[in-house]
Amino acid sequence: MSKGLPETRTDAAMSELVPEPRPKPAVPMKPVSINTNLLGYIGIDTIIEQMRKKTMKTGFDFNIMVVGQSGLGKSTLVNTLFKSQVSRKASSWNREEKIPKTVEIKAIGHVIEEGGVKMKLTVIDTPGFGDQINNENCWEPIEKYINEQYEKFLKEEVNIARKKRIPDTRVHCCLYFISPTGHSLRPLDLEFMKHLSKVVNIIPVIAKADTMTLEEKSEFKQRVRKELEVHGIEFYPQKEFDEDLEDKTENDKIRESMPFAVVGSDKEYQVNGKRVLGRKTPWGIIEVENLHHCEFALLRDFVIRTHLQDLKEVTHNIHYETYRAKRLNDNGGLPPVSVDTEGSHDSNP
Amino acid sequence: MAATDIARQVGEGCRTLPLAGHVGFDSLPDQLVNKSVSQGFCFNIMCVGETGLGKSTLMDTLFNTKFEGEPATHTQPGVQLRSNTYDLQESHVGLKLTIVSTVGFGDQINKEDSYKPIVEFLDAQFEAYLQEELKIRRVLHTYHDSRIHVCLYFIAPTGHSLKSLDLMTMKKLDSKVNIIPIIAKSDAISKSELTKFKIKITSELVSNGVQIYQFPTDDESVAEINGTMNAHLPFAVVGSTEELKIGNKMMRARQYPWGTVQVENEAHCDFVKLREMLLRVNMEDLREQTHSRHYELYRRCKLEEMGFKDTDPDSKPFSLQETYEAKRNEFLGELQKKEEEMRQMFVQRVKEKEAELKEAEKELHEKFDRLKKLHQDEKKKLEDKKKSLDDEVNAFKQRKSAAELLQSQGSQAGGSQTLKRDKEKKNFF
Repeated sequence: MSKGLPETRTDAAMSELVPEPRPKPAVPMKPVSINTNLLGYIGIDTIIEQMRKKTMKTGFDFNIMVVGQSGLGKSTLVNTLFKSQVSRKASSWNREEKIPKTVEIKAIGHVIEEGGVKMKLTVIDTPGFGDQINNENCWEPIEKYINEQYEKFLKEEVNIARKKRIPDTRVHCCLYFISPTGHSLRPLDLEFMKHLSKVVNIIPVIAKADTMTLEEKSEFKQRVRKELEVHGIEFYPQKEFDEDLEDKTENDKIRESMPFAVVGSDKEYQVNGKRVLGRKTPWGIIEVENLHHCEFALLRDFVIRTHLQDLKEVTHNIHYETYRAKRLNDNGGLPPVSVDTEGSHDSNP
Repeated sequence: MAATDIARQVGEGCRTLPLAGHVGFDSLPDQLVNKSVSQGFCFNIMCVGETGLGKSTLMDTLFNTKFEGEPATHTQPGVQLRSNTYDLQESHVGLKLTIVSTVGFGDQINKEDSYKPIVEFLDAQFEAYLQEELKIRRVLHTYHDSRIHVCLYFIAPTGHSLKSLDLMTMKKLDSKVNIIPIIAKSDAISKSELTKFKIKITSELVSNGVQIYQFPTDDESVAEINGTMNAHLPFAVVGSTEELKIGNKMMRARQYPWGTVQVENEAHCDFVKLREMLLRVNMEDLREQTHSRHYELYRRCKLEEMGFKDTDPDSKPFSLQETYEAKRNEFLGELQKKEEEMRQMFVQRVKEKEAELKEAEKELHEKFDRLKKLHQDEKKKLEDKKKSLDDEVNAFKQRKSAAELLQSQGSQAGGSQTLKRDKEKKNFF
């Protein structure tokens, strides 16, 4: 599998060459666009409102996957992120309940609404990951699941009579939980991220970060980042998809502070007269949303408030397209109407 | 329509969860919008109408700017399409506007084929998009969408009814593009005539089954205004790029000796309504209809034409792989067949040529034989003649020798004979 993905996104720049439509129309399109000065208000910017109204009506899908060994606080974190009980915690561990022999994939969907925006959130849990004695290839079921979702979408897209809105079950974001050992990444972590960073957006997080002091945290983070770089693992936001300078500077800042060291909690406590989510310990209350205590707020803002749409777009425009290209290439190419093959049109009856 | 999508998915086993606090994904529409703004929007308008109805002027008026281009003459041999792309910027929104105009529409004597270049152009844009979508390596999100989103059909202000050319063209175009009919140069018609004209036009369109674009009324916020506007179709517009001072404001208007027609005055013409509907309220809906209705229809027809099916005769859905495998095998089979055919043809040709050559050879042989025979005959004849001549010569010689002999004998005997005769004669006396 080649690392180079099809094309970096380019802006619809002012004077870009309009591709020639085939077959030739009656009059060829002029390639250069002209900049014009306006003498009054036209109303083009109302398209923003129109677009916003339309998207609010259609609603959004978001599919997030959490991967990590059991006991790292995955379900708690997801519940904290979305401020509701989206995941049921595997809190009670009977001896009768066996550890799953292989990695299971459990997808649970909920509809949440806020401010008139309806979102169908699907949390995909992977119990059993990294829990066996021999963990070889335990990322395979996960990779298979992700590819299955791409396949489903591809099938729908290729249909002749297509649905107006194809249901999107593709995994938009994968939160990978790193154990807070304080040393470095485990081989399992590296293997997983190496295999999956090419098919899905991976956001590594350091789980249960309240076990590390500030210095340990920053050292650990640096080491993790270096290791990932050495192994050529690109986590989201990937450097190669930065569109312009603005994006690059913004994403650089985020990349510098990743992986986020998070603490999750769904219990509320009273601190300084306010009710906050936190963890109560004999030596104090760890406030989840306090930036001095942990980086949960950064993660939440990053994933939900600023980059949610971008996660979906990268999944759709890049990961899905890569899958599609590979799939169609393996199949012997498209039917003869494609311009990449011989381009013969003689299958017209 | 789409709000029920979520509801349907809810029905599929999801429950609605209450949120215990502010999560923050209500900024999602803003994120989406910001992305789109940075990419820029594109909008493609096509103006169809006879020469001289004011298409270019209306575009200039609509977008408040002077697009370049010269007016067309009436002497075009056929209908052509002229397309220009412009980049407009307003506040921080960039719009890539493409205006396609028909040149020479309605000028020919025989107008039967006038609609064809337009339909071909529309199909070509759909085809280009379909090709891009079917590519293996595609870049749809940066693809410059050239599909026509709206077609403004300019109706000549006769005041009576639609021309048959208009009806025919609109009928051909209504399944391929959103049509908004406009009455051009409507300052030529008086108010009362205008209402009658509009009623006549709409009834003619309905009775001929022409589907013009209806402004959507399913969203509460715009349902009301769209509903009222639907009743005002076709819009009667006046375009002007000249600005005149009226009162104490500069307005776009047309000045006549009997008064001034103000373009932006709703009592004078429907220009404001058109701008409102086209740009400020329904631009996004026009784009969506083009993609989800007209383009999907084209795609469906095109793929079915190419022999794709969603289900096989037993109505079991084909898997992607099967379809492509089948198609590929079919294609290879066809190639093989063609190759066979060509080979057969080649062999046939060779055979034919060989036969021809053989024929020629035979003929030559025959000729040669004939000639030879002739030659032989001649020779024989000559020999016969020679023989006979020889015979004659011999006979002559013989006779000559015999005659000589006789002569020589005769001269002897003749002498004696003559003596004898003389004696006999003498004896008689």
